[in-house]
Amino acid sequence: MATAAYESAGERSSWLEVLHDWVTTVDHKKIGIMYVIMAVVFLVIAGVEALLMRWQLLQPGSEVIAPDTFNQLFTMHGTTMVFFVGMPILIGIANYVVPLQIGARDMAFPRLNAFGFWVTLFGGLFVYFSFLTGGAPNFGWFAYSPLTERTFARGPAADFWALGLIVSGTGTLTAGINFIASILAMRAPGMTLRKVPFFTWTILWTAVQIVLVMPPLTVSLVMVMLDRQLGAHFFDPQNGGSAYLWQHLFWFFGHPEVYILILPVFGMISEVIPVFARKVLFGYEFMAAATMAIVFISLGVWAHHMFCVGMGRTLDLVFAVSTLLVSIPTGIKMFNWLATMYGGRLWFASTMLFAVGFLSMFLIGGLTGIMLAAAPFDFQVSDTYFVVGHFHFVLIGGTLFGVFAGIHYWYPKATGRMLSERLARWQFWLLFIGFVLTFGPMHLSGMLGMPRRIYTYEMDRGWTFWNQLTTFGALVQAPSFLIFAYNVVVSLWKGKPAGDNPWQAWTLEWTTTSPPPSYNFEEVPIVHSRRPIWDLQHPDDPDWKYE
Amino acid sequence: MNEGPNLSQGNLGSSALANAANPLPVPPALAPEGHLSPGQWGMITFLSSDITFFGTLIVAYLVFFGRDSQPGGMGGPTPLDALSLPLAIGTTLCLLASSVTVHIADRALRLGRSGFVGLWAATIALGIAFLLGTAHEWNDLINRHHLTISRNLFGTTFYTLVGFHALHVTIGVVIMLLVLALALRGKLAGKSHMTVELVSWYWHFVDGVWIVVFSVVYLMPHLG
Repeated sequence: MATAAYESAGERSSWLEVLHDWVTTVDHKKIGIMYVIMAVVFLVIAGVEALLMRWQLLQPGSEVIAPDTFNQLFTMHGTTMVFFVGMPILIGIANYVVPLQIGARDMAFPRLNAFGFWVTLFGGLFVYFSFLTGGAPNFGWFAYSPLTERTFARGPAADFWALGLIVSGTGTLTAGINFIASILAMRAPGMTLRKVPFFTWTILWTAVQIVLVMPPLTVSLVMVMLDRQLGAHFFDPQNGGSAYLWQHLFWFFGHPEVYILILPVFGMISEVIPVFARKVLFGYEFMAAATMAIVFISLGVWAHHMFCVGMGRTLDLVFAVSTLLVSIPTGIKMFNWLATMYGGRLWFASTMLFAVGFLSMFLIGGLTGIMLAAAPFDFQVSDTYFVVGHFHFVLIGGTLFGVFAGIHYWYPKATGRMLSERLARWQFWLLFIGFVLTFGPMHLSGMLGMPRRIYTYEMDRGWTFWNQLTTFGALVQAPSFLIFAYNVVVSLWKGKPAGDNPWQAWTLEWTTTSPPPSYNFEEVPIVHSRRPIWDLQHPDDPDWKYE
Repeated sequence: MNEGPNLSQGNLGSSALANAANPLPVPPALAPEGHLSPGQWGMITFLSSDITFFGTLIVAYLVFFGRDSQPGGMGGPTPLDALSLPLAIGTTLCLLASSVTVHIADRALRLGRSGFVGLWAATIALGIAFLLGTAHEWNDLINRHHLTISRNLFGTTFYTLVGFHALHVTIGVVIMLLVLALALRGKLAGKSHMTVELVSWYWHFVDGVWIVVFSVVYLMPHLG
């Protein structure tokens, strides 16, 4: 992506040297960019998988895609989006930004950082290799047993899936360890934990979640491998194993995982909104505490994915209540973002458009989440398109919009060039309209009883119109991604020079050059408040007097 | 450091402002922050993640505990039939002793006393003794009790839990051998103390996990 920007003007290195430079790098900025590129490539792949599914569902009784292929498509779409798009893109952006925000030269363990990236990438390639071995896995991304047992998944696809996720999960874990060590031990002098930029704060707690829930996933996947390869009985009910245990173990990882996918975005939004409203973040302490509350509460909500399993009334009630509790800290955040904007000098550049798009769409996703937390409601719509609509509002309306806000915000820092504002606006509006058209109707087809993951449906169900609207929306979205890719590539050459601080932001990453030198800062910065640049620009009225 | 130049100046142009006639507010002196090193935080974080790793394995062990002998279960050896408590107590004592030796070795290096190499080697020997005990136990289980990982749920959960712990011991032994090789070649100067300290943390952790595993796997069946 930013190869050109990194080459010094005088010496022209051959492409082989550039490649060698990138493959062997331990620079957190290059690793971060590689994470993002990897995630975008997988995003395109998973997006094509989604479009194929939408093509099949356009007409009732359609035979474009065979049932088994359809199963492989939704399995790979989900697996890819969660493990090889969502986490890598967030870890990548954090990799780039966090050391700059805390005034460090690099991450705590640069070689471990490179290791984490490469095993994440190879894990992804490994899962996709299953296509060459006679078919990808077809049991859905949460891989309910006993579908993963040898009896039902005969080919090697399940092995590739489990091993690939073990490998990439190891990479994610190393990233989590690296973030915690970097943020806790390498902050600039004066940057106490109460003064870290908010994005860094959310990454710290995301890393805590990674560290707490990735190992249980790894263990569960190892159990699947032991079942399949050595004849163990963890998840095969015929021999006393427990399919129910898999669900608990998987969702103990799987639910915090969605917070791993959203907390960094909360951080990005909390950087963008104050800068584009020209105010400090409203209620920093409450935001910080809400982040921690979300982390801890989310460790105790996993079984709301399992209301229809028959856990019994007590467990249903416990998990419904804990799930509803999450909405309190999330609501605090929502109101604080709005309060940050209230009375501010709002600047609706494309970055801010994505941030506001995030606020509105994530709110809808959050509200349908509260609906689903009520177990009796969940009984009715569980495993329908209502759920699919809900989590796409959270993951696309939330995570993806937020990530685009973050990318538009930090792209000038990473490349030294501005993105084209005109193209960014096209991208935003196509994505926004297409997104609402795609995932809004899913709530209705779900309410009308359409189960998720079916490969076709009959004419007389009344689902046809909503499905056609969804497919139409997907086609509206698709060009926005092309525009984004075009904008990101072409702006490397044609973009306006960005300067050090194009948004007049206040955190440390904007004090160094764009792109930053490999050593980040010429001298170690000293910090007295959450907005060190404000302090420098207003020595008569510095922030540290009020914090 | 406290009164040093604030930030790299870049394009901020604040130095002119700072020279203005009005006395500007002076930021409070930075409080010294005593925090752990990146390596220490890294090891603490890694070990925390390992707690959830073993926690999951132990949960699985407990979920399936006793299910083999219930109606519809697979039958086969139970923990009481197959496991030898005296052997397990012996290997446990090896590990506990190794925690003591590694601690004294760590202290010796930190304080510059002699005896590091001998104590470190003793730790490795105790770790290997533990592994040999496990090998003996598994040989006995497989060949005499015909307990394999696929025999029943006890086999499935036992080999997975104890096997992952033994893997941790093995990794610890290999790392300690590397440190020993460095020490013998005289490359373990005072600065490397951090490495030794972190390895010893890992080793204490592996011991601590074993105490839990020992209680759950070997002692619990005897309690009722």
